[in-house]
Parts: sequence; structure tokens; C-alpha cells
Amino acid sequence: MVNRRSFARAFAAAGALAFAAGALVPAAAHAQKPLKIGFSMALTGGLAGAGKAALIAMEIWREDINKKGGLLGRQVEFVYYDDATQPAKVPPIYSKLIDVDKVDLVVSSYGTNEIAPAMPIVMRKKLVFPSLFGLAVNDEFKYNRYFQIMPAGPEPKVDWSRGYFELAMEQNPKPKTVAIVAADAEFPINAATGARKNAQAKGLKIVYDKTYPPATTDFTPIVRAIEATSPDIVYVASYPPDSVGMVKAANEVGLKAKMFGGGMVGLQFAAIQKNLGPLLNNVVNYDFWVPEPTLKFPGVNEFLAKYRVAAKDKGVDPFGHYLPPFAYAYLQVLEQSVNAVKSLDQDKLAQHMHKTTFQTVVGEVKFGSNGEWARSRVLFVQFRDVQKDNLDQFAGPGKRIVLYPKNWKSGDIVYPYRK
Amino acid sequence: MFRSRADVVFWIVLAAVFAAGIVATQTWSNEYYFTAIYAILQATIMAVAWNILGGFTGYVNFGSAGFFAIGAYTAVALDKWLGLPMPFLILASATICGLMGLGVGYLTLRLKGVYFAIATLAMAIVLETLIVNWSYVGGSKGVYILTPETVPFFKSYIHLLFVVMLGLALAAIAVSRYLNASRVGRGLAAIRDDETAAECTGVPTLRLKLISTTLMGAMMGIAGAPYPFFVTFVDPASAFNLFVAVNSIAMPMIGGTAHWIGPVIGALLVGSLQEIMTVTISSAVNVLIVGVMLVLFITLAPQGIVGLVQKWHRRGKR
Amino acid sequence: MDLFLNAIVSGVLLGAFYAAVAVGLAITFGQLDIVNIAHPAFVVVGSYITWILNSRFGLDPVLVGVLAAPVFFFVGALLYRIYYAAFERTGQESLSGLAFFFGVMFIVEVILILVYGVDYRLVSAGYLGENLDIGFIGLPLRLFVPFVVASAMTAAVWLYLSRTFTGRAILAVAQDRLALQLMGADPVKIKQFAFGLAIATTAIAGSLLIMIGPVEPSLGRVYIGRAFAIVVLGGMGSIPGMVIAALLLGVTESFVSSFAGPSWAPAVAFGVLLLTLAVRPSGLFGRA
Repeated sequence: MVNRRSFARAFAAAGALAFAAGALVPAAAHAQKPLKIGFSMALTGGLAGAGKAALIAMEIWREDINKKGGLLGRQVEFVYYDDATQPAKVPPIYSKLIDVDKVDLVVSSYGTNEIAPAMPIVMRKKLVFPSLFGLAVNDEFKYNRYFQIMPAGPEPKVDWSRGYFELAMEQNPKPKTVAIVAADAEFPINAATGARKNAQAKGLKIVYDKTYPPATTDFTPIVRAIEATSPDIVYVASYPPDSVGMVKAANEVGLKAKMFGGGMVGLQFAAIQKNLGPLLNNVVNYDFWVPEPTLKFPGVNEFLAKYRVAAKDKGVDPFGHYLPPFAYAYLQVLEQSVNAVKSLDQDKLAQHMHKTTFQTVVGEVKFGSNGEWARSRVLFVQFRDVQKDNLDQFAGPGKRIVLYPKNWKSGDIVYPYRK
Repeated sequence: MFRSRADVVFWIVLAAVFAAGIVATQTWSNEYYFTAIYAILQATIMAVAWNILGGFTGYVNFGSAGFFAIGAYTAVALDKWLGLPMPFLILASATICGLMGLGVGYLTLRLKGVYFAIATLAMAIVLETLIVNWSYVGGSKGVYILTPETVPFFKSYIHLLFVVMLGLALAAIAVSRYLNASRVGRGLAAIRDDETAAECTGVPTLRLKLISTTLMGAMMGIAGAPYPFFVTFVDPASAFNLFVAVNSIAMPMIGGTAHWIGPVIGALLVGSLQEIMTVTISSAVNVLIVGVMLVLFITLAPQGIVGLVQKWHRRGKR
Repeated sequence: MDLFLNAIVSGVLLGAFYAAVAVGLAITFGQLDIVNIAHPAFVVVGSYITWILNSRFGLDPVLVGVLAAPVFFFVGALLYRIYYAAFERTGQESLSGLAFFFGVMFIVEVILILVYGVDYRLVSAGYLGENLDIGFIGLPLRLFVPFVVASAMTAAVWLYLSRTFTGRAILAVAQDRLALQLMGADPVKIKQFAFGLAIATTAIAGSLLIMIGPVEPSLGRVYIGRAFAIVVLGGMGSIPGMVIAALLLGVTESFVSSFAGPSWAPAVAFGVLLLTLAVRPSGLFGRA
């Protein structure tokens, strides 16, 4: 006779496993009519600030397109899940989107950490994969249906900081030494690698080249150490809290470098700009879109106006100059391609995306063979005339002067950094 | 191994589950279930492993993420260096993390209770910093793992990973069950209840603790080895994530720490809940629910689900 | 030489702030043996309260911290009541208590996310951004003011614990609960008071945290390790020991940042902790 107790226990284990499996079977039927676009997005966790802002922008696109009659005559619906900025959540989400929710099109999450884990799945299913802000993801996968809307350029890691060094070398007398400092995290390390190559290509001597842990509280020792090497220019690659720390420390220590900035994420966000205020003056940093007259692309101001309304009280960046226009643009690229080939055939879409120059709210977009922008459009802007405690000054032109590339230049550099 | 009818039933169920898993890979077309269940299986191995030291022996390990991540990075390093196939990577991770566990075992000589827990936390942070500074495995930049397009026997790589993980999870459960009922397990329970008394009555406490920590370490390493291949992009921040540590503690606690089936129940329940919520409510509320569940269970059912079941059982018998 | 002295000064300023974060934990964990892993989460709540009152009413951050402290005290006392009823009374502490506070930590973090979103929050005050330069020693007020407030608060707590009846009762309840009962004090009430006091300190520590840098809901996590390391290193139950440990940690981080390479700083700090635990688990000044 089988011992009832042990059988019950074993049965419970099997039952629990069955329950787990069964609970995952979806009960919903498949809707045919709406056109579903699926993606995962960082709505909680470290990248949620940008993720939520991107989602708002994408929803605006969806409303716009549905007002125009939808895509291929079908209303567009989003199917998305929160990946909580955890790469491990991404594969199950994309499996569900493709196999269970049966979405018609997929786009990516935000950030290299969240884009990369989806690559094997979309590659296997041969899906077109418009991606939102990941640095050089396709260098590894070499997928011919990957399209990156971040305007880094054909060689993302190097193109990222090229403009900063070109600007530096235009000055008279030419700077001779550079300090490179980066946070110990994926994007800053990549940016620093590119900065190193650019510095060496221009014949600059690297006098400081270190990284710091992202949890660093006080940046004054780091800035002092940099100052002790007397660099002519300083290139910083950092995430928002460190960017704030570095700018404040640079001010407190009295950094005497002639150029300061480079790859600091966070200086594009309204709340941080307001808090740093005049400390930002003369910092030269990367950006992708600023409200300068040279960047007035068709539709961008209307979009930003809608964004401002939608973003109110949502705990995200109120102006949305950094990521949202690109989140809108990459869906425009998808929209224009679908309308051009008049189908959802992934192969035809991919071919169209490779050979077409798209007109979007962020200007002309043309992809190279590796899915990155054919020409880099990393802007380098300099903060000028920033007043204390004033949020609205950043809504309009005049505070972030575009210095590079030449096509979009809106002013000349103020050099050196220290007044 | 086959001492009683209960054992026979157990092995039959185990074999049946494994066979069902293989059949599923041939019949279910949706990959989603496999990716979701993979995550649950990983959590199960971690919970079972943690419980060997935490529930059976009474030493709280805060550094689960450290073992898991070293398991993952060992696999990454060997894959990059020698391109070894999966079984060897798993073996290597098990060995390295087992040795780590052994080291932690010696730590128990000096530290008890909360001090031990803090030491494991410190160890995880030191390991994370080491990995961050080791550029061969990508450092803080992270590292990409490319998985093969086609695999023998299975329709896709995910199916292969799923079956591997299923096998590992069932093996871990079997080991844990064996330990629970064996002389070693009774020795560990004695250590948990009162280590000094155990030592006095002749229980070889050091040897048993070393077995416990080594097993735990090896199992966590095994859970971590396939992870890079599942997620294809590993960086220290996500591998050493606090969530890994919290889950490995919460799941056994909710399931019940004294019995081998406790962590299994806890992992299946909480893991499924997390996977379901990721694709339904899907927001910060996920984390809130886990937190609330944890607090409720800890306050109202400290012996976990197993404890509740045992209470009802006893009440039924009267 | 410049760099060296400035590194020490920076380290001391930072260390004092770390001490302010850890002093509450030194009470709950160091003296009462309650593993309150949610302690840094409360500090973050303090930061958010500071942010709200600073951005809406323009109140000075330090003032907000001090005003919020009594409220936090009551919250702490209440939390202890729950903890006591669920765990201490039944003798279930350590593991269960730990898990309980884990849950509390997540709940606090998520409520912050749901209510305030995940964007970084900062405060502004007139003196943040100013510098106090004594010769070549730079004292940015952004770090100096927290240093002053932190030192004052830590000193006040220490004096309270060592000079007043209730304070000494707190020290006593950890060492010998029965003896304390025999002396006419209710151990549960004393512990409740102590826990409340510990949480009250997080209000002030939170206001300092957001003065030093931007804050977002999950920021507390990076301080868990630091705070526990400081308390253990200093020695359980010893406030002066905790302060010295905090200063040591601050100076070490500062030195590694200035001279070696900041990326090794966490390894150094926690390596020191591991070493201490291995060689002298009672910490620098702890009761053995």
C-alpha cells in the first residue's frame, strides 16, 4: 500500500507544477482586426524615467495614426509589458508577444540591456526590429533587420564622442591633454572607449583615464584627482545622478579645464537642468534634439506640445526633448514603411527601411547597412545664459547652442570653459 | 535511494515530470511557456539551494546573487576561452561555486547568525566589484553571448535550455529531499536548533556545515550557468541583482523552510505569480504584491505553506 | 599634498553623513538586534518628504528634516509594535524578522514609485553650490552643511543614550532584558521608543541625502550594504565605534577615488569589512 502522506506530497509537487503551467495559458481569444505592435518597456527600475517618457510619446503616435485611419486600414493597438529594467524578463516577454499575443509588428524596449536579450528571438522569427536607444547592439549580432533610431552613426562607439574632440581641436591654441572619466556601466564604458580612440586619433595625451562605481556619493575627490593632472579638456561619460554630482563637484573644486562635458546623460532632462542652473553654463555635452531654430523639423513642435500636456503629473520629464521625439520618429519610420510596401511582409519592410530616407519629427533619417544611422548626428551643445531656478527657459531656444555638426550649428563655442 | 514506497512514488513523479517536459517541447508551439517556466525553474533551484543552508542548517545567506553570478560568469569565461559545450560549463560552474561554498563554510567557524549574513552580503559585493573590473568578461560593459540558430533534437535553443533546466531542477529537488531525510539532514537540523548542543552530543558540525555550504554553492552555480545563454546579454548589475537574493530567501520562507518541498512550493507559487504579473498587471504593482505577500506570510504563517498544511493535517487527525 | 589633505577632508565630510544614515541602524541592529533592512528605504522617504516641502513651499531641507522627525518617530514606534506582536513575542526573530523588513522595504519603495514616479528628485537651497575655502582646503557647503547637521544629530543621539534614563535603558535592554525589568522599566516600551528614535533619525538623514545628490526610489539599496557594514565594523552597540567606522569608510572611499581608481572602492570597503569579521567579529569597539 502506498504511503498516503508521501503520495500526497509528491502529488502536491506535480500539481503545483501543473498549476504553474496551466496558469500561464491565456484565456483570451485572438483579435484579428486591430493591428498590434508589441514591445517591452522599462516602466519600473533604473531606466523607467526614460521608458515612461518614451511610452507617452509612442501613445501620442498611436492616437495620431488612428485618427488618420490607422495602418493599412486597421486601428493600431499596443501590446506591451514592463520589463522592470531586468534583462532576464525580456525573452519571456517577446516570446509571449510573438507566440501568444500574435502581434503583427515588434519594436524594442529602451536601452542596450533591454534590447539585446530580445535579439535572438526576433532574429529567429526574422522580424523587423526598430530599436530605441541602444549603443552598438548590432555590432555583435549583425542582424540585417535591426534599425536603431539613436543617431549615433555608422560606428556608434566612436561617432558618439567624435564631435567633442573635433570641436576641441578647432581651438587655438590646440589642447594637448585630456582626462577621461566614466561610470562603471555599459553605456559610459562604451562611450569612454570611443573617446579614447578619438583622443588618440587627434594626438591628445590622456592624462587621466579611470572609472568610478555608479553608487558613488561624492565626486569631489574624483574631480580633484582630475584637476591634479591639469588636463586641457575633460570628457565625462555618466548617468544622471553622477552627471549632477560631477557638474556640482567641478564647480566646487573650480575645475580649470578649458572644455568640460562630453557624454553626460541626464543634462538633457528638465528637472536636472533646472536644479543645476547656472552651474551648467559653458558645459559642452551631447544631445539629440534641442529647441534651436536650426532643428525645427516638420511636426516636432506640434508633437512636443502634445507631449507636454500628456506628461503632466506623470512623474517624467515635463519637456521631453531627449527621448520622446525619437520614440515618435521610429514609429513614423515603421508607419511610412508599412504604408509604402502596403503589407506586413517583414522582408519587404526591411528592404524598404534600408534604402529609404525618411522624413520624421527629428528630421531626415537614413539607415546604413548595419542598421545604424548612415551619418552620425550626435549634437554637441553648449549651455549658455542659464538662469537660476527657471524651468521654462529650457523650453525655447538660446540656452543650448548647437556647436556641431556644422549643418545644424546655431552658434559659436565659448572657450575656455572657465570664465 | 529506494528505501520506501514514498521513494518509489517520488522517482516516478520526477521521471513523469521530466518526460512531460520533453513531450511538451515537441508538441507545444508557443515558445513563451518555455521562457516563462525557465525563469521559474531557475528560481526553484536557487530556492532549494538556499534552503539547504538557510532552512536545514539555519544559516542565512544574503549573498545568493554572488554564487549565481559567479556561476553565470564562469560559463561566460569558459565559453569565450574554450567554447566548451553546456554540460562542461555547468560542471565548471558547479565546481567553482562549490569551492566558494566551501570557503563560506569555513567562515561559519568564526561567524554566526546575523554576522554570517552580513559577511555573505559583503562577499557578494566584493565579487561584483571584481567582475566589474575584469574586462575579459566585459566588466561593467556587459558581454554578449551568441546562441546557435539550430540545435539537434529540439526545435529551438530555448527548448534545449528548458529541458536542461528542468533536469537540473529535478536533480536539485532530489538531492534536497535526500538530504532532508538522511542522517546528514538530521545533523543539520540539530545544528539549526542549537549548534553548541549538537557539537556536545557528537554531531560533526564542521563537516556537516561544509557539506551544506558546498552543496548550496554548487547548486546556485548550476542555476547560474545557463543564464547567459538564456538572456544573451549579461552585465554585473543584472547578474548580481538584489532581487535574486531576495527571491532566494522569500521563496523558501513562503513555502516553508523545514521541509524539502517548501522551497519548491514557494518557488512555483511566487515564481509563477511574478511571471503572470509581468504579462498582466505589469507595473510597479508587481513588486508591491511580492512585498505584501512576503510580509503577510511571514507574520501570519511563519512556517510557510508547508507549516499551514501540516497544521490542517494535525487538526484533521483529531 | 594638496590632494592628500583634501581627500581626507572630503572623506571626513562624507563619513559624517554615512554616520547619520547608520546611527538609526546602530540602535535597531547594533543594540536591539533587529535586522531592519528597510532602514535605508526610510531614509529615502525622508528625502522625498524633504523634496516635497522644499519644492512646494521653499522650506530649507534641514528644517524639513527636523520637522519630519517626530512624525517618523511615531511611524517607527508603530512599526515596532507590529514587529513585536508578530515576532518577538513568539521568539521568531532573526530570519522571519529579516524577511519581514525585506517586505517592508519593497512596499515602501513601490509606494514611492507609484506616488512620485521614477524621475530623479533634487532640492535647491541658497547655500548649495557655495564653497567655503580655507586655504587650499575646499569645503563645499553641499557637503559641509550635511556634515555639521549629521555630526550634531549623531552627537545628540549619543549623549541621549549615555546620559538620560531612557537612553541608558535602551542600552541596557539589549544587554540584559531581565535585569532591566527588575529595575522597573518595561523592556517593550523601551524598545518601542528606541525603534521610534531610530526611524526619526532617518528623516534627518534623508534630508541630508537629497542635499548631497539626486534621489530616486530605489536609491536606498546601495546604502544597505554600507549601513550594515558600518554598524558591524564599528561594533554592535557602540555609537562611537560606528562613527569611527563611518569616517573610516568615507575616508577610504575618498582615498581610493583620489589615488587608486574609484572603481575599486566598494571592494576595498567591503573587503575591510570581511577582514574585520574574520579577525575580530565584535568590530572595533563592540561588546564581545
